[in-house]
Amino acid sequence: MTAALKSPRTRRLLLVGAVVALALILSACGGDDLPQNTLSPRSERARNIDDLFKLTLIIAGIIFVAVQGAILVSVWKFRRKKGEGDKPVKQVHGNTRLEIAWTIAPAIILAGIAVPTVQTIFENAETGENAMHVTVVGHQWWWEYQYTDFTRPDGGPLLTANELHIPVDTEIALTLTADDGDVIHSFWIPNLSGKRDVVPGHVNTLTISADETGEFYGQCAEFCGLSHANMRLRAIVQTQSEFDAWLAGQLAEPNLPAAGEASLRAEGWDLFLVKGCAACHTVNGTDAAGGGPNPGPNLTHVASRGTFAGALYDFNTDNLSRWLADPSALKPMEPDLNRGMPNLGLADDEITALVAFLEGLT
Amino acid sequence: MATVVEAPPMPELGSDPNRGLWSWITTVDHKRIGILYGLSAVIFFIVGGIEALLIRLQLIGPNLDLLSPDAYNQLFTMHGTTMVFLFIMPVGAAFGNYLLPIMIGARDVAFPRLNALSYWTFLSGAIFISSSFFLGGFPDGGWFGYAPLSTQPEVVRMDFWAIGLLLLGVASLLGAVNFITTILVMRAPGMTMFRLPVFVWMQLVVAFLLLFSLPIITVGLFEVLFDRNFSTNFFQAANGGDPILWQHLFWLFGHPEVYILILPAMGIVSEVLPTFSRKPLFGYQFVVFAGAAIGFLGFGVWAHHMFTAGLGPVAETAFALSTMTIAIPTGIKIFNWVGTTWGGDIRLTSPMLFSLGFIAMFTIGGLSGVTHSVVPADTQQTDTYYVVAHFHYVLFGGAVFGIFAGVYYWFPKIVGRLLHDGLGKIHFWLMLIGFNLTFGPMHILGLNGQPRRTYTYGEDLGWDFWNQLATVGAFVIALSVLLFLYNAFRSLRGGEEAGPDPWDARTLEWSTSSPPPAHNFDEVPVVTALDDFWHRKYAEDENGLPVRLDTEPFDPSALPDDGVERHIHLPSPSYHPIVVSLGLLTVAYGFIYLPAGFLLVVPGLILMLWGIFGWALEDIDHPMRGAEPLEDESEVAADMGGGEDDGD
Repeated sequence: MTAALKSPRTRRLLLVGAVVALALILSACGGDDLPQNTLSPRSERARNIDDLFKLTLIIAGIIFVAVQGAILVSVWKFRRKKGEGDKPVKQVHGNTRLEIAWTIAPAIILAGIAVPTVQTIFENAETGENAMHVTVVGHQWWWEYQYTDFTRPDGGPLLTANELHIPVDTEIALTLTADDGDVIHSFWIPNLSGKRDVVPGHVNTLTISADETGEFYGQCAEFCGLSHANMRLRAIVQTQSEFDAWLAGQLAEPNLPAAGEASLRAEGWDLFLVKGCAACHTVNGTDAAGGGPNPGPNLTHVASRGTFAGALYDFNTDNLSRWLADPSALKPMEPDLNRGMPNLGLADDEITALVAFLEGLT
Repeated sequence: MATVVEAPPMPELGSDPNRGLWSWITTVDHKRIGILYGLSAVIFFIVGGIEALLIRLQLIGPNLDLLSPDAYNQLFTMHGTTMVFLFIMPVGAAFGNYLLPIMIGARDVAFPRLNALSYWTFLSGAIFISSSFFLGGFPDGGWFGYAPLSTQPEVVRMDFWAIGLLLLGVASLLGAVNFITTILVMRAPGMTMFRLPVFVWMQLVVAFLLLFSLPIITVGLFEVLFDRNFSTNFFQAANGGDPILWQHLFWLFGHPEVYILILPAMGIVSEVLPTFSRKPLFGYQFVVFAGAAIGFLGFGVWAHHMFTAGLGPVAETAFALSTMTIAIPTGIKIFNWVGTTWGGDIRLTSPMLFSLGFIAMFTIGGLSGVTHSVVPADTQQTDTYYVVAHFHYVLFGGAVFGIFAGVYYWFPKIVGRLLHDGLGKIHFWLMLIGFNLTFGPMHILGLNGQPRRTYTYGEDLGWDFWNQLATVGAFVIALSVLLFLYNAFRSLRGGEEAGPDPWDARTLEWSTSSPPPAHNFDEVPVVTALDDFWHRKYAEDENGLPVRLDTEPFDPSALPDDGVERHIHLPSPSYHPIVVSLGLLTVAYGFIYLPAGFLLVVPGLILMLWGIFGWALEDIDHPMRGAEPLEDESEVAADMGGGEDDGD
């Protein structure tokens, strides 16, 4: 190793390599093409975390350079060169002063990290009084949101799935839980906040906010079985007026075909009720009341969502048709064990009708 | 020196009690048990490695379906389980078994038959878990088995995992009791606690960690089994149970477990660095105390695995601070290791390179560990590839590099032949490069938001490049392991003869022949100093420089090759340990298939009881011992400073 270092050419190569590597790493850490990046904070809390991490990283970086440097210098300086025999070297057994020094120094450095750590823990745990409340329920393998501050005209709760709409610059107090028969999940939108586990029988809290509009990616971060990788989510941050408009749409009655209407989507609605969809999925104020041992997302306004199936696929005719033909082919599930959507064995024309119905549920 | 001689004959079936398969099955010799542990560990290292390569292939690009999600979940569960419980832990037991008695100047461990039971029970557990592959699929709930996912009862897979871990726990507990007793009571005259090699100290700390942590996981595993099979409600929220309870139980074991994995490697490099620096370990007492402190503190940090579970800011603060504290003794060790090389006469042999690699890579893992103690940062990093990177820097860059340092260092002692140093160096550099290519990028992937335990990822997430690099790195590691295996076969077939002390080393194992005779030492050594063997070879002049003493050169040919001729009493071989283990294994399979499994549970219990009774009533002059009763038995026992060495 050391002999090779002597050549100026290899040294130059090493230097160039190091610079290229560093540039690659930095570019990889910052880029806009990383929608789920923890290093691009878009909220005060996420920024607190990011600042704290970078402080720790700088301190760790200095220690890293010091220790690796000491190893390399020691090996370089004291290595036995080719052809040399045993060298009598001084038999040093230790040095108490040094020991005390390298016990105390790290303790001081750690104290320097501990103080802002504790501050940030408590700071990020605070929630303002005017926060909007949303309850997040983790299901194998999709997310349900209950906007508990708002009630539908018919008195029912405002339920939606996978895409969390929030107004910009507003604190959102999330209440996180999972059904008793479900498993642990973890709710995570890296740009906006650290994660918080979603535990059956527990009620956890997490406060998030966003200081710019846009779509932020997230996904389940606690292993929750077969399709853990496919339990994704989006936070859709809107201006207050956009959010209000969205809210009004969600609170509205579902857009159903009129009674006796002879259309493809009316056919689809009939199929929805008889083919078993309605056993798991709810359309507010109709006979499609969902419930059952294996509840699926509330579909009242499903066509207002950009994605479906755990925010895995864009909401469009093609994807919906493929989904209805064989759900587990698009997202592996275990319907036999009451986890996820079964294959209902639908014929092609039935699928066309159902898709037309679903696309009308704006 | 470089004479190549014929390989020693391979063991074969036969009537000679010291050779053949039967002799291995009935062996109670700590060295043979060490070798069995080591060979088993190598096999499972390869198995776990293949699992890792399959995982890496699946992740080489977005949306691939080389593996089904089910297969992927099985593979990452088994990769973790295999590497932790079937590779690193048995390697620690292998080195401990082989070396610990020799390093303290003893002729065997305190309980030789218990030692055999420990190995056979380990092997039973390993076979049991692995056999699930043929009986419905590998366990798929993660090596950490979080309830209530692990208690979802539809498949038998997690039963295999839980019962397998229970068997492995029995094995480790037996080993721990044995090591503690051996270290405390079997030391040679003059081998005081503060003359123990650091490797022995670390094994002692590990044994205590096992002793205190295994009962906790045992309780947890039984609760999982009962929830799964008998509808109990330990973790079921619907009936008032608490899923978080499992996490406390698991990590109260699981964090000490991390130190169970790393401390033996720390012990190994603490032996290798002084030898190849030709200097004593810098700050011996501090390294020992730091090791003990790490073990002690290791019981007070478990909840840092649960920073997102919702413990509340006060608990999070407490565990953040306790976790940071661990960095202090860890730092002390690192500084002392570097201090050991400083001013030395450094020989960059394969074991030395791996030890230096250990310090360098472990430091990285230690520093990323500090970023985890920063709770807010950890809420971003936990359950991402950043954590995967962190613990591979600790357990691969740390433990595995330390293990390879130990393999290159002690292979000549165990086999009598050196591994090829040139190949060893290539192995080191390939592994170092492959390791950093694989796990370095994972830091970035984690920070970029890639969660762990996910079988796929979308192409719009920007994770392709670093995943590709990591997969390439994994195959470079695989190449380096193949090179090592070739090196080992090459040396077994006829490598350079090692002689008793090829490294001019410092501790007692180098004062006996390579491989050591069955009875380890002709005369039990009397120890007068730390690094006693070095001080038999070298004095120090007034400037602290070593002066070679004019001692007799060591002549192993003058030694007999077994204990029989010298009439040294050695414990008799016994087949009872393997009978007890087979009984346990049968019971385990029976439990999987209850209620029909009672047809296996009952004979299994009978087999176990037969083994235990036979063991208790075993005639110490059993014909299988292969030697006549010895006249100077009591004399030897007195020499060893202990009582009967087969009195377990």
